[in-house]
Amino acid sequence: MDQSIPKNDFIGHEEHAPAAKRSFLFARPDHKTGIVSWLTTVDHKRIGFLYGITSLFFFLVGGAEALLIRTQLAFPNSTFLTAQTYNEMFTMHATTMIFLAVMPLSAAFFNYIMPLQIGARDVAFPRLNGFAYWVFLAGAIILNVGFIAKSGLPDVGWFGYAPMTAKAFSSEFVGDMSTDLWVMGLQVLGVSSIIGSLNFLVTIINMRAPGLTMMRLPVFTWMTLFTAFLIILSFPAITIALVEVMMDRNFGTHFFEVSGGGLPILWQHLFWVFGHPEVYILILPAMGVISEILPCFARKPLFGYPIVVFSGAVIGFLGFGVWSHHMFTTGMGTVATAAFALATMAIAVPTGVKIFNWIGTLWKGHLMMRTPMMFALGFVWMFMFGGFSGIMHSAAPADAQQQDSYFVVAHFHYVLIGGSIFALLAGIHYWFPLMFGRKVSEFWGKLSFWVIFAGFNITFFPMHFLGLNGMPRRTFTYDGNMGWNSGNLIATIGAFILGIGIAVYFVVMVYTYFKGQKVGRDPWDARTLEWSIPNPPPAHNFDVTPKVHARDAFWYEKNNKAEVEAEKAKQAADDEAHGGIHMPSNSWFPIITAAGFLIGALFFAGHNTFDHTMSDLLGKDIHGWGVMGAIIGGVIMFFGAWMWSVEGPGGYHLHPTKADGDDAASSH
Amino acid sequence: MSSHAAAGHIDHHHDATTTTGIPHKKLFMWAFLASDCMFFGSLIATHLIYRLHPPAGTPDPRDLFSIELTSGSTFILLMSSLLMALAVNSIQKGNVATTRKMLIGTIIFGLIFLGGQVYEFNHFVHVGGLTLNSSVFGSTFYTLTGTHGTHVAIGVLWLVLMYIRTFKPADESNGQGWILKGVFHFIAFTALTVLSMYTILALIHVLQEGHGWGYYFSHHYLSFGGSIILLGVLFAFARQSGPVDFGEAQAIDVESMGLYWHFVDIVWIVIFPVVYLLEYIVLA
Repeated sequence: MDQSIPKNDFIGHEEHAPAAKRSFLFARPDHKTGIVSWLTTVDHKRIGFLYGITSLFFFLVGGAEALLIRTQLAFPNSTFLTAQTYNEMFTMHATTMIFLAVMPLSAAFFNYIMPLQIGARDVAFPRLNGFAYWVFLAGAIILNVGFIAKSGLPDVGWFGYAPMTAKAFSSEFVGDMSTDLWVMGLQVLGVSSIIGSLNFLVTIINMRAPGLTMMRLPVFTWMTLFTAFLIILSFPAITIALVEVMMDRNFGTHFFEVSGGGLPILWQHLFWVFGHPEVYILILPAMGVISEILPCFARKPLFGYPIVVFSGAVIGFLGFGVWSHHMFTTGMGTVATAAFALATMAIAVPTGVKIFNWIGTLWKGHLMMRTPMMFALGFVWMFMFGGFSGIMHSAAPADAQQQDSYFVVAHFHYVLIGGSIFALLAGIHYWFPLMFGRKVSEFWGKLSFWVIFAGFNITFFPMHFLGLNGMPRRTFTYDGNMGWNSGNLIATIGAFILGIGIAVYFVVMVYTYFKGQKVGRDPWDARTLEWSIPNPPPAHNFDVTPKVHARDAFWYEKNNKAEVEAEKAKQAADDEAHGGIHMPSNSWFPIITAAGFLIGALFFAGHNTFDHTMSDLLGKDIHGWGVMGAIIGGVIMFFGAWMWSVEGPGGYHLHPTKADGDDAASSH
Repeated sequence: MSSHAAAGHIDHHHDATTTTGIPHKKLFMWAFLASDCMFFGSLIATHLIYRLHPPAGTPDPRDLFSIELTSGSTFILLMSSLLMALAVNSIQKGNVATTRKMLIGTIIFGLIFLGGQVYEFNHFVHVGGLTLNSSVFGSTFYTLTGTHGTHVAIGVLWLVLMYIRTFKPADESNGQGWILKGVFHFIAFTALTVLSMYTILALIHVLQEGHGWGYYFSHHYLSFGGSIILLGVLFAFARQSGPVDFGEAQAIDVESMGLYWHFVDIVWIVIFPVVYLLEYIVLA
């Protein structure tokens, strides 16, 4: 079996684990190419790529949903969508964009870039990393199954406020299950996020290269760490809230049911205890990306590095103390309202500090206006703009006017698109040469930037005025006499321009992947460790584990070549003396366990829908098939987890030679 | 005892392969438990909110609770933590035989605690009429204590799997035979769970009714004897046969499981006063 494995392109010599006679059950797959290698992969770069592709797909789905919403709102009294479909679209748009686009796209960078930045060969738990991805895919499927299943799509908003999620508000039997599937989908996505975050946290704390102290960590890695903390500590709150909704709907409990003594406001607290830190889960990775790009293209180190790091920590910490500003109009009393208003305003301080640090980085820099830099500058400006309207909301009396109006919609799209999405699009441009060894054409890259930038502002700037003129959110149409007509039409035109910009961006990316200009190692003359390796990175990342002497470790390497070369030669000899580089083998069990998870969760949430659909198809009454499916899923999951735990460490050894590194670097 | 015992001294407090010296698995478990704190924190908060302002018509839990029984099962759960700690201690010395005994002890104590909870739930539903949907108190009580019970049950399952894992032979070529033995182990544990659950429930029932030990042994000698015999079978099954792939090097696995187990106990130390004892504080 071992002889049939094709040689990896990047590897000089490869020596497999001693070929002990092993039972077929425990044999770990060693495929290096082909579909099996992707299904069983434990390589953080491949998993990062899977996250990226999946999240970009859902980014397009969420964008299409947004365009449907905007088309409906283009003209007053429009009947393009029914009220029901409109509700489903705004629910799915928000849920998709937050949980299936921005978070996993950040996770793609966490996976791909973070281990490279800290000089690690993989994450701490490679199989668990694969499992987190497959569970994420399972959650995405459960959330979107309503597009094809008879249950229909959820229509409760991404905030799922009680009592709208109560059984009493689900009129039809079939539509009923859509909320159960929404609850279960979010639950499964939460499992994936927490597992992934635990993995990143352990990786960053425990797997740094020698000399890489915490205060030398690249800022993107720092923000990954803070995001991991936020996910680990905030997701349990929504897990419990969703458990309680699930029990209310399926087992007749009274957590949020007023008639039984329940308090719907409890949902709001539990939801926003998660929901507000979630805002920072979405923006901190973006801040990290920007803090990498600006110094690189300004040809200067990041201004005030420790301040940028600590302000990130302060944002993460304060993020847990401000959830009730989402509930000013719920009526919590003056003391609570004042306290949360103050805490919310306080968050503007570390955020503003970061903005000043970025401006300080640009100050007197030799700016290289490449495409990633354009997106990064767009981020700084747009995010600042969104931050200003955020401060306006933190004043409770102003919030009372703006609550549930389009002003709020404008605000959070400025921070989520102008912030998170711009930064992530910048990150794709920035790291594309590292991932694929090709560079995006500057002309087409900049063109897509300007179209996106223009479309985005044309869409969301008028919404400030619409909101201040009283146009409410989440209402499927409006009367023509309200003075909202032209604003809405402009916003809709802008949305389509934005859509065209995104389309151009994607076409350019796909073109570049196949036909783009090839570049050598380190095309941007960058500062951090991930650029010190050949592109695309070999499976083992670093031929020799780097030693870190400073922040901007790669910059230091480039300026102290002789010293670093000597160190590397010594380290390479040490590695060789210890049997080379040990790499983990692939494994089937992450995907098998996740498949059990998917089957179990899908049938558990949708068992009524399934029985109902099967009854229709077969023409006779079917009961209990759905529950049986859930049990089968549980058994598969148990089997996968157990086999996973005993399949053994596996792995093989690599012996890179100096020639390998040189080959890879000079082959372009 | 173990194929890894000869690999040299293992420092259980420092892992040279990590930046901080803390093993990955230990750091992972601590971070996970931090997450679980927020998880139980949300549930406990939910319960407290409804208990501090009970809606009209909420039953008085003091009519239902048996503090003697719950105190007893709390004591058993805390003692299971002692056995778990001893299991970790033994495996760090490479003593697999003692580790196995302590793991079985932890499993049985965990099962006794779960038995107490099953009895309690059954009693509350059938005697007190308290169900998930009878009142908000029922909703929060069963969800909170039930979630804790689920954690204990997952812990027991994990312990069983860890116990079976200790039999993995050092020579991997013996894979299939070991798997078969593992299946038998698992079946034996399942049978023990069912039988011991019956035994525990019967015992609690007899004691709660005030019949005494004599009554119990004269009426339930079959199930009691059966449990003892099954335990003997399990021990007989566990006899050592050849070197195993389990020893000091796997101590971190047992230790992470121990952290989980102790955490579940600590959570119960919060839940017990908040859910049970709080009801007996008479406010002016």
